[in-house]
Amino acid sequence: MAKFEIGPKLQISRRKFLTSASLGVSGIMLSGCDAFDSQLGVGDGLRSFLEGANGLTWRAQRLLAGDSLAPEFTEADIRQPQRPNGVTAPDDDVYKGLLANNFADWRLEVSGLVEKPLSLTREQLMNMPSRTQITRHDCVEGWSCIAKWTGTPLSLVLDQAVVKPQARYVMFHCLDTIDRSLSGDIKYYGSIDLFDARHPQTILAYGLNGKPLPVENGAPLRVRVERQIGYKMPKYLRKIELVDGFATIGGGRGGYWEDNGYDWYGGI
Amino acid sequence: MESVVRSQSSVGPDTAAPKDATLIYRQSRWTRLTHWLWAISLFFMLLSGLQIFNARPQLYIGKESGFAYNNTIFAIGAENTANGPRGYTEIFGKRFDTTGVLGWSGPAGRETSRAFPSWATIPSYYDLGTARVVHFFFAWILTTTLVVWLVASLINGHLRRDLAPRIDDLRRLPRDIADHARLKFHHRREYNTLQKMAYGGVMFVLLPLMIITGLAMSPSMNAVLPFLNDLLGGRQTARTIHFIVMLLLVAFFIIHIVMIFAAGPINELRSIITGWYRTDPPAAHGSKTPQRSA
Repeated sequence: MAKFEIGPKLQISRRKFLTSASLGVSGIMLSGCDAFDSQLGVGDGLRSFLEGANGLTWRAQRLLAGDSLAPEFTEADIRQPQRPNGVTAPDDDVYKGLLANNFADWRLEVSGLVEKPLSLTREQLMNMPSRTQITRHDCVEGWSCIAKWTGTPLSLVLDQAVVKPQARYVMFHCLDTIDRSLSGDIKYYGSIDLFDARHPQTILAYGLNGKPLPVENGAPLRVRVERQIGYKMPKYLRKIELVDGFATIGGGRGGYWEDNGYDWYGGI
Repeated sequence: MESVVRSQSSVGPDTAAPKDATLIYRQSRWTRLTHWLWAISLFFMLLSGLQIFNARPQLYIGKESGFAYNNTIFAIGAENTANGPRGYTEIFGKRFDTTGVLGWSGPAGRETSRAFPSWATIPSYYDLGTARVVHFFFAWILTTTLVVWLVASLINGHLRRDLAPRIDDLRRLPRDIADHARLKFHHRREYNTLQKMAYGGVMFVLLPLMIITGLAMSPSMNAVLPFLNDLLGGRQTARTIHFIVMLLLVAFFIIHIVMIFAAGPINELRSIITGWYRTDPPAAHGSKTPQRSA
């Protein structure tokens, strides 16, 4: 940095600088926080730039977390029913028909980039090796709830379907209508990468606190991705699709909430 | 006073020996740069953080949030009364009417139920997803800046010279408190004891605690550092601490601004923008105060 003399000229420019700096700061304060609203919509330049941090978080947490396990708790920590959130009673005719028959006609479809597409009944899933874990559900809103989940490790289902090497993500398609658009009902959808999909605690849960999974918590089958936030764990599963990208699905950001501005990676 | 000016020559290459001996080079470029990056980051983190809080305007103690039992210690909400909707804030079960600011606020006739008011959140409308994007972006900036500052301050001596507590600080504390109470300020190169405590407290207690409790809320980081939440008393306690530290940082900010205005805003601002700071003429205190060597 060049040396400078403290002279009258610099004094003026410094004063000008100070004045404009303080005017700038007070301008932001006075105009309130809607000053940033117009630049923060999905797709806006500033927004997209800030979203880059989510990719950094994803990579950093991948590096640090590896395949470590989310903390598991004891029976004594289960002090209340699992709080349901989002859709808690799907109003869809197809869903209500399946429910009326206690999901005897329900199937989990496994398709996309797999060698052997599957169509599994709930019994078939329950006859596979299961995992039970007492974990804390963290909602993106900020609350937490501890419950015991029982289900089939997703990795076993993926192994049975034989995932093709070009597959990168697991896309979950659900039975419940989360939103309506001009082009029709929007059923909940979401995705995780294969690394999280193969994590030992990632299960397709059919049991909650020792009982069959209730409707409000996602019956007949929901995902548990214990190292991520609640919106990454779709309920009312219908289909698992292996994909190499999600540009063509929904708004192209990997899930219903993601298309509405939430980060794709929900480890934080 | 001579020794003070001479000691500056070790600070950096942009230390021109000024003709005016009371004008000293006080803040290195690293201190100045990181200061403003923090100012910007904390501004955005506060306002996006309040937006995130609005999604669940309750604070709990423990591993989880009590729905079938009560472990709520703080809540902001709205309720219908005979006089129309009112906003309230509840602290340890004690309820206060905070209509207009907390719980129920907005332009006259268009009030809505929201914990923190529109003017205190980014975005101004309810948008949790966007607030998270903003919050986590600036979390990276803040944390990186803290590490850069720490390394730079270790190397350039800022830590050792300006912030490290000394026995002398303790001796000067009563007089420092008395001086501050009377709004009597000395303009020296060194920080006074209360300044050291405030800056040291922010840099080494509040900001690290903010980062730690922030990480403790991340489900992925819980897998990396499972002991963190055990240490803090559970994820929901960590969230509560995160909120309390936010209040402390806001309190620091208010005092910081008040002190700048009380001590002379132009001089104080100049030192954190250009690095140059005008000290009191030697006659004012020079002979009475022992000078420290850097």
